[in-house]
Amino acid sequence: MDSVYRVMFHLRSVWAILLALAVGSILILAAGSNPIEAYATLFKGAFFDYWGFAATLVKMCPLLLAGLAVVLPLRAGLFNIGAEGQIYIGALFATIVALYVPGLPGPLHIVLCTLAGALGGALWALIPALLKAYQRINEIIVTLLLNFVALHFVSFVVSGPMMEKGAPYPYSPEIPDTLFLPHLLARTDAHYGVLVGVVIALSLYVVFQRGVFGFTLATVGRNPNAARYAGMSVERHIILSFMIAGAFAGLAGTFEVLGHRYRLFHAFSQGYGYDGIVVAFLAGLNPLFAIFSALFIGGLRSGANMMQRAMGIETTVVEAIQGLVILFVAASLAFRYRATAIGRAIARRQEVEEALDGQTGDRKT
Amino acid sequence: MDALLNPQAIVEVLSSSLRLSVPLVFAALAGVLSERSGVFNIALEGKILAGAFGAAVGAFFMDDPYSGLVVGMLFGMMAGSILAVLGVTFGVNQIVTGIAINIFVLGITAFLSRIVFGAQANTLKLPGFKAFEIPWLSSIPIIGPVLFSQDLLVYVMFASVALVFLFLYRTTWGLAVRAVGENPAAVDSAGLSVPALRYGCVMAAGAIAALGGCYLVLSQVFLFSEHMSAGKGFIALAAVILGRWSPVGALLACLLFGFFDALQLRLQFNYPDVPHQFFLMLPYLISILALVGLVGKPRPPASVGRHYRREAK
Repeated sequence: MDSVYRVMFHLRSVWAILLALAVGSILILAAGSNPIEAYATLFKGAFFDYWGFAATLVKMCPLLLAGLAVVLPLRAGLFNIGAEGQIYIGALFATIVALYVPGLPGPLHIVLCTLAGALGGALWALIPALLKAYQRINEIIVTLLLNFVALHFVSFVVSGPMMEKGAPYPYSPEIPDTLFLPHLLARTDAHYGVLVGVVIALSLYVVFQRGVFGFTLATVGRNPNAARYAGMSVERHIILSFMIAGAFAGLAGTFEVLGHRYRLFHAFSQGYGYDGIVVAFLAGLNPLFAIFSALFIGGLRSGANMMQRAMGIETTVVEAIQGLVILFVAASLAFRYRATAIGRAIARRQEVEEALDGQTGDRKT
Repeated sequence: MDALLNPQAIVEVLSSSLRLSVPLVFAALAGVLSERSGVFNIALEGKILAGAFGAAVGAFFMDDPYSGLVVGMLFGMMAGSILAVLGVTFGVNQIVTGIAINIFVLGITAFLSRIVFGAQANTLKLPGFKAFEIPWLSSIPIIGPVLFSQDLLVYVMFASVALVFLFLYRTTWGLAVRAVGENPAAVDSAGLSVPALRYGCVMAAGAIAALGGCYLVLSQVFLFSEHMSAGKGFIALAAVILGRWSPVGALLACLLFGFFDALQLRLQFNYPDVPHQFFLMLPYLISILALVGLVGKPRPPASVGRHYRREAK
């Protein structure tokens, strides 16, 4: 009996998805279509169609990187809800290097753009990290508010100083075509960025399992006082984990520019940063599973476009289904079978806060 | 700056400060109530949006703003009930639940608004509340036109602040709520139900935050648009901290944010050369700066965000 329960328990993300799809079918009925036909169109379009699958991979890239940007700081019990803003600033940095650094050979220039994008995201994430580590200001609220600042800032840049002349809509000039990321599937939009995402996810998995940083980060989250006693700096781990997470999100923005849109657009991200939260929790905060949850959410997104074209169902139904998925994933946390990864990560946040209090002892927000 | 210093301009800036702070005040008041009972309420954003959608649906089908108000509050309470069931009964982390509610409400309202309002969503003109002057009081210079020539929901807002204040500090139940936020075990051993108190506060908070959304729809724009809450719930969270978890403090913090918002609109109008995005950023930047520049040590209710289990400790 125990083993049956355990198997059921470990599949809880699958149950959450199935339940969300079941409730979603009611929504599709409400929209006046046949749910079975709609889902068949959606999944066939997303995973079993050459062009559709390419579209899925295009969306999977930012989703995966944004998901990892949520997973990493939660290892130390910290919430990074700022991936959306980090995506924007990363894309901005990459575009600046792409447009205004001349005379480099293509491949080197691509590497430089990528590093700039990662740096942009990391610097944007540094703000909440410093405020959390040294001022004890709630990182959730700060990252959320900074998302709006980044959105409007990029909007200003592409409708002012970096705007394409005579453009009808705020966007930057096109980047040189030597910087376009090579395509993964011939004649499609699917670019190599998604492979970088997968490699980062795998590396993060290995680091979590075997790496020194993975160990110290988890120790800081699990028992900050012990970590401090062993000579690890809690503040430094907060800052480092946020900056690396910001770099991941910055890469998501970079690859959107270099691999997909070739320009910096106003409001281009459309919530990839928030969807990253869904990806992370659907994966149970495991970087390896994040690959699959990003593929699934990316498939939902691209399949929704197919569904709209084929059957005229609003793509927003997928936003509703995605909302249901995360709601059911959250609800599944109510079932306990030993401590889950999510449960453990969250217990850490409280301990980090208490340890920070012990150390700095002045602010609590 | 001359344009800001004549009495007419002062009245305009102050009354638009007040109008812009109304959704924040409702949301922050909801935040105070639920956090005082020990439930961290990051779902405020979703509750505003649920309230706004409910208000639009109610006003659309019944063709009067009062039905909008009722349906809006109902939707807010539904969003609140998710937080209550998962966060209070099942002990799911309140931050995770709150984030899930925000994402869920965003998706479901975007979808349902297409279904309900269809193509006319952006051209809709829903019935709403009109400003009315309170006799005698509205003729006081400056204060009159600012405070006493507003619409129904502004007066409801002031009444709500007073009611929440009286409830928290002048009633036995309010004492129990404050106690349950600090030390749920003590409340439990005094024979009161911790979950019941928290359910009450979280549900009431859902209805109050929803009023902020109702105000957006029924008093300001008269239609529903996707994600129209635009981060107001998060600014309200900052206001709760800035106001030190007290209803009056939260009111003052929101009025301050509203004032800066009104000021930026005014400056935007007077300085058309400055890109408008800088003004759009201002409310969020000021909220962050307010948190950073906070003098002294804010102390949240001791048990906020923690699930209470009888058996533990």
